[in-house]
Amino acid sequence: MTVSLDLVDVDSLLTEEEVAIRATTRRFADERLRPSLPEWFEAASIPARELAKELGSLGLLGMHLTGYGCAGLGPVAYGLACLEIEAADSGMRSLVSVQGSLAMYAIWKYGNEEQKTEWLPRMAAGEAIGCFGLTEPDFGSNPGGMRTSARRDGDDWILNGSKMWITNGSIADVAVVWARTDDGVRGFVVPTSAPGFSAPEITRKLSLRASVTSELILTDVRLPASAMLPEARGLSGPLGCLNEARFGIIFGAMGAARDCLETAVSYAGERQVFDKPLSAYQLTQAKLADMAVELNKGILLAVHLGRLKEKGALRPEQVSVGKLNNVREAIAIARECRTILAANGISGEYPVLRHANNLESVLTYEGTSEVHQLVIGQALTGQAAFR
Amino acid sequence: MKIVVCAKFVPDATADRRFRSEDNTVDRAGVDGLLSELDEYAVEAALTVKENGDAEVTVLTVGPEQAADAVKKGLQMGADAGVHVIDDAIHGSDAVATSLILAKALSKLEADLVVFGMGSTDGGMGVVPAMVAERLGLPAVTLGSEVTVDGTTVKIRRDGDLASDTVEGTLPLVLSVSDQANEPRYPSFKGIMAAKKKPVETWSLADLELSGDQVGQAAAWTEVVEVTARPPRTAGTIVADEDGSGAAQLVEFLSTNKFL
Ligand SMILES: Cc1cc2nc3c(=O)[nH]c(=O)nc-3n(C[C@H](O)[C@H](O)[C@@H](O)COP(=O)(O)OP(=O)(O)OC[C@H]3O[C@@H](n4cnc5c(N)ncnc54)[C@H](O)[C@@H]3O)c2cc1C
Ligand SMILES: Cc1cc2nc3c(=O)[nH]c(=O)nc-3n(C[C@H](O)[C@H](O)[C@H](O)COP(=O)(O)OP(=O)(O)OC[C@H]3O[C@@H](n4cnc5c(N)ncnc54)[C@H](O)[C@@H]3O)c2cc1C
Repeated sequence: MTVSLDLVDVDSLLTEEEVAIRATTRRFADERLRPSLPEWFEAASIPARELAKELGSLGLLGMHLTGYGCAGLGPVAYGLACLEIEAADSGMRSLVSVQGSLAMYAIWKYGNEEQKTEWLPRMAAGEAIGCFGLTEPDFGSNPGGMRTSARRDGDDWILNGSKMWITNGSIADVAVVWARTDDGVRGFVVPTSAPGFSAPEITRKLSLRASVTSELILTDVRLPASAMLPEARGLSGPLGCLNEARFGIIFGAMGAARDCLETAVSYAGERQVFDKPLSAYQLTQAKLADMAVELNKGILLAVHLGRLKEKGALRPEQVSVGKLNNVREAIAIARECRTILAANGISGEYPVLRHANNLESVLTYEGTSEVHQLVIGQALTGQAAFR
Repeated sequence: MKIVVCAKFVPDATADRRFRSEDNTVDRAGVDGLLSELDEYAVEAALTVKENGDAEVTVLTVGPEQAADAVKKGLQMGADAGVHVIDDAIHGSDAVATSLILAKALSKLEADLVVFGMGSTDGGMGVVPAMVAERLGLPAVTLGSEVTVDGTTVKIRRDGDLASDTVEGTLPLVLSVSDQANEPRYPSFKGIMAAKKKPVETWSLADLELSGDQVGQAAAWTEVVEVTARPPRTAGTIVADEDGSGAAQLVEFLSTNKFL
């Protein structure tokens, strides 16, 4: 019997529909993802096309968007789905986040009708995969410095430059690429079949191995005028998308933490040290209690922020509070659980170190912890300390 | 075509399952429950028929208040409507009484095709489908591990130990499916949202023209007289191969226990 880690009755804060979404996602993750993850992680290879279709038919891709084949669910349901997927692996959740909250959201929020009808239904179904190219080799935390450019040639646009660390890049059918123009930063919907576009995969990753990460190289990629996202002007375009994806991570990270803690609780109950179960020692119980407390706090925070988002009242620095806290606590929990499993903790037979390694990426992408500290710092002091 | 799936609400097997001490019936009130997993195959079979033709799928359950969850699960998977028969007098019904209630409800629903699971995951008698068919005077094709519906002909493959039979019947008919018949779908997010708007009717015994004394514990033909918890597992036998007779001992153990 699995012990419930829910010490504060989170369920009492959820609607029946949210509980049903969570149950369906958990079952999907347990049956379709979890059994294969050790292998996918080790081989650094995932059946992405197949997975995208399965995630699509479940309704996960762009589930919080409305119309165009999207399920139109609320933020808490979306968060809980992210949590359950990330309890299997952060790489799987990355696939879902990038597809739904970055690529689809950009088109849904900033695109014209033609772009929406061309891409969103296929992306919702998982038949087309999207990626989101903002980061560059020399500009991560400071995307405003980007060098990728788009210049006019008659009515057409010509894109040049490169993007780095782009999730789903090599498997994408469509890339949302951010580039500087005479008119500031603009977004472009780039079919990856366009001549001059290539996306070599980044290998030798030690984190998020069950996720495709790529470089995007754009050499004189010619696009029609209609490829530009009309409603996104300046950096607020991509930052708006990031806020969506960050919101999912606030829940997601707690999924990875929960999976580690479940593993550690059950391991400690079975492992005999000095003639009694490891879980019967005060030191172990102190660890477990502290981790469970942080896990429950993190989930409460996530649900609370979700309710604010529902009302349209969620501010960017509140998203930063959630992302900073929950990813930081999740990685701390993963590492502490690793100590409970000791040598077995470093084995791929258990999910713990895989989660801990994955969370290193989660700590960095979608705004590093330091960047979120700066956002919160600015909210507290009124002083921007980014530069 | 009108398809009705009979789906039972059962206590969650992964949680604590217990009997009520006062009457030795399964405690359904104080425990978490769900749609019997084996009945998910029945729902899936019905939905597949619907996808390949023109049909309306109704989920029918007999059970206490929480049994509404079984109906809801069926609706989330894709069924069109639900019927929940609920009445305090039903508590303690045996298979005979359960089949009476189901048969009455099925006649009222004018079902062309009635789909059952192979057995519930709690009572697990596996007799209800045949009893219902008998009461309705309908042909029964049971334990199908492959089902094809072509017009009014229903054909199943039933896998036995030694041979597989192909059995066929004509609508209206009672069908039960095994856990080999298909792979039940997950409720999709859209299905979960759509389920809220689907019609669910609640019927009492009176709605079925039945009276309380025809069902429930008082009318039961059988009674569970005693319930004993399964004894804790005992240690297994360890065969040590000290004098080369280990293999022979193993064979002996396996054959006396009829594992071979
Ligand atoms: C320990 C124990 C011993 C029992 N012994 C007997 C006995 O000896 N004789 C006897 O008559 N009863 C007995 N019962 C009671 C009997 O199991 C149930 O009360 C009766 O409702 C039949 O249910 P089943 O789950 O066994 O049905 P099954 O025949 O196993 O169910 C087959 C299918 O019928 C459908 N179905 C069954 N119940 C429902 C429902 N409530 N609503 C909708 N669809 C349904 C489902 O599709 C299911 O897959 C016993 C129960 C227990 C717990
Ligand atoms: C697996 C993975 C997948 C990714 N997927 C995507 C994707 O799909 N799309 C995309 O566009 N990007 C993606 N990224 C990129 C990610 O968003 C960036 O790595 C991140 O923004 C940090 O940028 P950087 O790595 O260039 O670090 P840098 O910006 O070089 O930061 C280096 C260090 O300096 C700190 N720092 C930066 N600025 C300040 C400051 N002002 N004050 C104090 N400290 C500071 C940072 O916190 C960090 O610790 C992904 C990254 C990874 C690892």
